Amino acid sequence: MKQYLLICAFLMLSGISFAQTSSITGKVVDETNQPLPGAIVTVKGTQKNAPTDANGNYRLTGVSNGTVTLQVNFIGYQLLEKTVNVTGSAVANFTMVPQNTDLNEVVVIGYGTALKKDLTGSISTVTAKDFNTGVSTTPEQLIQGKVAGVSITTNGGAPGAGSTIRIRGGASINGLSSPLIVIDGVPLSNDGIAGAANPLDLINPNDIETFSILKDASAAAIYGNRGSNGVIIITTKKGQSGKARIDFSTQVSASALPKEAPILTAAQFRAYVTANDNSATKQYIALLGNANTDWQKQIYQTAVSTDNNLSVSGTAGKLPYRVSVGYTDQDGILKTSSLERYSSNINLSPSLFTDHLKINFNFIGSQVKQRFADGGAIGGANSFDPTQPVYSGNSNFGGFYEYLDPTATDGLKALAPINPLGRLMENNNRSTVYRAITSLALDYKFHFFPDLHAIVNVSYDGSNGQGYDIIPAYAASQFPGSADANKVNQTGNNSKYKTVVGNTTLEGDLSYSHEFKSIKSKVTALVGYSEQDFSSTTNNYVSYFANGELKPLSVPNYPTSIAQHDLSSVYGRVTFGYDDKYLLSGSMRSDVSTRFAPGIRTGNFPAASAAWVISREDFLKGNTTLSNLKLRVGYGVTGNEGGIGNYDFLSDYSLSNASAQYQLGNTFYQAYRPGAFYFGRTWEQSATTNAAVDFGFLNDRITGSLDFYTQTTSKLLATIPQPAGSNFGNTITGNVGNMTEKGIELNINAKLIDRKDLSWNVGLNATLARNKITNLSLIPNPNFPGLKVGGISGGIGQTIQIDQIGYPKNTFYTQQAVYGANGKPLDGVFVDKNKDGIINDSDLNLGQSPDAQEYFGINSDVTYKKWNFGFVARASLGNYLYNNLASSTGIQRNFINPQGIVFNGSNAVLTSGLTGNGQNDVLSDYYVQNASFFRMDNMHIGYNIGKVFKNRATLRVSANVQNVFTITNYTGVDPEQFGGVDNNQYPRPRTYSFGLNLSL
Amino acid sequence: MLMTGLLTLFITSSCKRNLVLTPNDQLTSVQVFSTPAGYTQAMAKVYGSFALTGNSGGAGSGDIAGIDEGTSDFFRLFWNCQELTTDEAVITYGDPGVQDLHNMAWGAGNAISQGLYYRAMYQITLCNNFIQQSTPALLASRGIAGADATNIGYYAAEARFLRAYQYWVLMDLFGNPPFITETTEIGTVIPPQTTRAALFTYIESELKAIDPLLPAPNKNQYGRADEGAVWALLARMYLNAQVYTGTAHYTDAITYSKKVIGAGYGLIPKFTNLMLADDNLNSIPGGGAIGEFILTINYDGLKTQGYGGSQYLTHAPVGGSMPVTKFGISGGYSGSRTTANIIALFPTPPTTDATNFPNNNNPDTRAQFWYPGQNLVINSLTAFTDGLGVTKFRNVTSAGVAGQDPTFCDVDLPIFRLPEQYLIYAESVLRGGSGGDAVTALSYINLIRTRAYGGSLAGNITAGQLTTQFILDERARELFWEGFRRTDLIRYGLFTSGTYVWPFKGGVKAGTSVPDYRNLFPIPSLDLSANPNLHQNTGY
Repeated sequence: MKQYLLICAFLMLSGISFAQTSSITGKVVDETNQPLPGAIVTVKGTQKNAPTDANGNYRLTGVSNGTVTLQVNFIGYQLLEKTVNVTGSAVANFTMVPQNTDLNEVVVIGYGTALKKDLTGSISTVTAKDFNTGVSTTPEQLIQGKVAGVSITTNGGAPGAGSTIRIRGGASINGLSSPLIVIDGVPLSNDGIAGAANPLDLINPNDIETFSILKDASAAAIYGNRGSNGVIIITTKKGQSGKARIDFSTQVSASALPKEAPILTAAQFRAYVTANDNSATKQYIALLGNANTDWQKQIYQTAVSTDNNLSVSGTAGKLPYRVSVGYTDQDGILKTSSLERYSSNINLSPSLFTDHLKINFNFIGSQVKQRFADGGAIGGANSFDPTQPVYSGNSNFGGFYEYLDPTATDGLKALAPINPLGRLMENNNRSTVYRAITSLALDYKFHFFPDLHAIVNVSYDGSNGQGYDIIPAYAASQFPGSADANKVNQTGNNSKYKTVVGNTTLEGDLSYSHEFKSIKSKVTALVGYSEQDFSSTTNNYVSYFANGELKPLSVPNYPTSIAQHDLSSVYGRVTFGYDDKYLLSGSMRSDVSTRFAPGIRTGNFPAASAAWVISREDFLKGNTTLSNLKLRVGYGVTGNEGGIGNYDFLSDYSLSNASAQYQLGNTFYQAYRPGAFYFGRTWEQSATTNAAVDFGFLNDRITGSLDFYTQTTSKLLATIPQPAGSNFGNTITGNVGNMTEKGIELNINAKLIDRKDLSWNVGLNATLARNKITNLSLIPNPNFPGLKVGGISGGIGQTIQIDQIGYPKNTFYTQQAVYGANGKPLDGVFVDKNKDGIINDSDLNLGQSPDAQEYFGINSDVTYKKWNFGFVARASLGNYLYNNLASSTGIQRNFINPQGIVFNGSNAVLTSGLTGNGQNDVLSDYYVQNASFFRMDNMHIGYNIGKVFKNRATLRVSANVQNVFTITNYTGVDPEQFGGVDNNQYPRPRTYSFGLNLSL
Repeated sequence: MLMTGLLTLFITSSCKRNLVLTPNDQLTSVQVFSTPAGYTQAMAKVYGSFALTGNSGGAGSGDIAGIDEGTSDFFRLFWNCQELTTDEAVITYGDPGVQDLHNMAWGAGNAISQGLYYRAMYQITLCNNFIQQSTPALLASRGIAGADATNIGYYAAEARFLRAYQYWVLMDLFGNPPFITETTEIGTVIPPQTTRAALFTYIESELKAIDPLLPAPNKNQYGRADEGAVWALLARMYLNAQVYTGTAHYTDAITYSKKVIGAGYGLIPKFTNLMLADDNLNSIPGGGAIGEFILTINYDGLKTQGYGGSQYLTHAPVGGSMPVTKFGISGGYSGSRTTANIIALFPTPPTTDATNFPNNNNPDTRAQFWYPGQNLVINSLTAFTDGLGVTKFRNVTSAGVAGQDPTFCDVDLPIFRLPEQYLIYAESVLRGGSGGDAVTALSYINLIRTRAYGGSLAGNITAGQLTTQFILDERARELFWEGFRRTDLIRYGLFTSGTYVWPFKGGVKAGTSVPDYRNLFPIPSLDLSANPNLHQNTGY
């Protein structure tokens, strides 16, 4: 109001100063044709301006004749300009368009949508315009680093390799920790698809419009016993109104290995073996060859990929449609790995009966053809003797050089590594996977009661994955082979696999929404029912030797294995808003899951949340410095039924296979083994409290949110020991234990520069997360020994981590190394923690956590005229990593191997000098390293050429580099490894790409 | 219409409340135990958990969690605990807990002893379940009668025997394990802890109770327990009764060893054929199928595959310059060797080169060791060339033909064989048991030695040479690497004491004494955390 008066006064003053010239009048209205009082109309380039009155009318006087430009300014609306020719008097009306502040964004929530300003839960959205650019074969890579509290770690660099997604760290130990993913209303099953590295591969990222991430329980509890790990709702693109718009994009890229594993060069290797061969016969020196082979150069390649997408979108008659096709052809940097994807997406969204019936039909179909490289070649390249040549010069073993032993039956040296390039080239493992996700949603607005909608959603998610694995008889990896039915030894492999998945979803709900203007209140209500049936049929095939002879032991007991699981649920939600200021929301879901025993299979998951929009209170209204301030609190209970078997409450007997028979008398019998059971198993339960503040400064040029949360998981799905003698298994994944997670998340987006020719947007997110196991036994036990996890190589069955009460999950569990005066670890010397004079498992120490303590994402986008430049970077602090390459190969015992072979390995041996002779060496905390990192994920530059083809199309070109650089003190190849053990992961490539986007 | 649809959906929902989806590739217990064939296949698992580590050959579907599946094989675990802890064996492996065994530094979290404990209790649980399913009443209700019912009756008694055997393993190694039988439903009771003495009484009474229920010696099928096995276990238990209960039972040991000795078993002519791929065919001249094996664990390179048992004993000791083809394997694992203490118990062989495989023409043919490239002195436990190679277990037939599979193994391993009973008889006589005599004892020992010396009497001993120390040494020669040494050294009071040491006993190269509590393994800390009834053994 004050502002208004001030402006009026100013206007009066200006009216006095310029008395005798022309005037301009007009009206300013908003997007709904309502008058906008208080908007300021200015003559551009002058001080002359006028406000609108209560009816939206303005009057500018004293304007010089001629052509002038008027500007209209109103908080929350886009600046509007209009050129007016003034001769005496003129009229100029304006229809204002709301500023694209995200407060007015429509956000997809569980079973519905809401305006961002009405949200009470913790929901983050990322839309297409903010997606990561460059080569993304799998959808989640589009939002990596963009959202606080969401960590996405790619599972290496293989084409189509998925990612490990954790929302707020994941709630479980042995249950599922991945979020529920819902695509266009279809909640996806967590089961894998045979032949697909990652089920999300089958979704073309180019068809995705938005990601909506439900982080807290008040938002996710509507998904009940699948909500504990958060929910990611993916919405694909829909048809637009108007005439057909054709978009074509193409991208070509080249990927290369950014960094070789730090192993000895041929020269270093030769010198090391020569210096350290203390054998009487100098047998190790005798093994050295004359070649200088960089095995890593042999197995990696520069990989070229293309990605092409064509979409047509528009409205034909009354039928909005979008049809797209995509083709991706990607080679991996590890030779022989590749992925080819054909995808299509059809969306039809007609409205009938004067918009009373809205129909949305969606079809996502894809075919992925993949070739999988034998990942063993990565470790092989690190350990194969670099003084040996790649090829032997003869035709044995495919011509590849191998370690030979003339006394062995197959001629190969036992336990020696095999030629890594041979391993790749001789393994032909290919799959073809089809997937179709079809959904039909009918949304009927009742004629007699338009506030009420009835929605029915029917969908089917089907996939068929099959493949084969063929290895020739001469391949070194196939020796020593085994006997065929005629007891003749055979080698080579020819096997196939197939899994068919069919999941159906049937949902119906009634939703009500009404705004009671008289009492400034908005009410929505929803009640629904959902039925999901999951079925996965795996074919069990026989395998053959390369020559076509049957492998006698591969004959399966059952031709198929069928996994089935049903989930039926009732859910509801009520929201209430008063004056857009006070918002309340409550939801409830009841799930019935066949994974649990009858009688204990129903779970109820309530949630409630509230928000107070402080900036709408009088004392902040119109404040441009603090333009938005909203307080949110929420509480909810969610469940987790993922990661466990479908039938574990039954005690079932499974038949041993043909190679696990037992001889009684002269007959061999396949045995019936009773399975470990757990009748009382139920879903894991998490209660989450979230408190947050959303804010906007400087007219919302800076917006953000700050969330605090605590999640307490009870009935933890943890694999715990069973009292020996009480079950048919010594461990069972049961509902035992508790865990807490706490965190702080900050998201900030700022328009640092917002001018016509130059804009600069920066987004920053920061997450601080801690988890702690608080109980792991039925009867609280201070002496609980913990559950060992984190298998490593270098000792069969050896583990390096533990789940222990009072510590974060997967805490490193190590022997404490003792260092000499020279700063190097002493060989085989560790701290005797319990001072009993011996070093054994009683001396292990709980150490660091593999999870980042804090992680950050930053992205920046600068647009200057037709150019734009941006980057996305991430940082992770306090994440520790066990360098398994160094611990298992960076020791003298590896190079001068007691098996009478020389192996190559980590150059850590040169700095540490460790022999690796003791059993505890591999457990040394010396190998647990701080793997904090800063990674420039993505840098891109684009140029908008603009109109081409006689103004019929617009063209944009862009260039992009992914995985640009990484700053870290970690000594291994890559500090970013989910789980904390770094052992020969498929390296993430550095990728350079060039793209064209053409729109007609 | 929509409302009707929704209503229908709600009705279906209530059906889901009781819907039980069942797997298509598994059976319920009722289905398994509905036919005699089902009983046999369930029994194949009860016996099979001796030789199999899981439901897939090799590895892939293990029975025991928390341990590498190959390592979780019964005999491999038992052997590690009984042999790696002694002068008979050292190993290069860095697998969890393995080196702690020879160094006598194991703790309550030791992966190997924990694995053995769980493996034994697992087989006991299978036995309890089988016994519950095999009551005459249940058989009758399932329509099983006649010869089938008789056979299942034998199975049930054999399950009781196998349970008694595994309780003996637990009594010997852990002393005071949890105790549970078929009298409680599985999963309803947290097993209480028993004591070593109470367990002794239980095993003794069980074995005596099933003695009349089992077929006579050599009258059951190959690989199945008969009365001979019951007597052999009783004899072994009585020999060690002083250790288990504080009370000697040498007279009982004589009684039962005599029963075994008199049951028709005999020594096969050639010692070096004992542990070969076709050892199931070993027999005494004119004995038909009868040999010296009383009960075996049956392995098969094709049908009973695993990384334990004889696969472990034929692969782990092979390395260095040892000729893999003579072992019928594709390659050795360069792991286990033996110490100079054992070599010293045998005569010096005429040659130590590679020519006279497997025993260098040693007059005592049992001295199956490999010298070339190996050092008699052990400086490092993890250097394969330190210590002598062992050539006793070989996956070749007596005709020298390699076993059926280059990776897995055909050699069956005896749990009981006749010479042990001769040695029990002789030792019990020497230790004052009655019912036997010194002359017979000497004759039994000389039977063993004559066979060991290839039929020559050159190795025979005189009555004056027959002492308890001689018996201990003879057991080391005869039963080398067959899983006896730790029990024997404890019976002689030499396992922990400084009186007798071997390389790296107690983690010291020269060998040193260790505290006496190491005569027992600890109850695994994992089971202590799961079972509140349990208390740790003294010292741990």
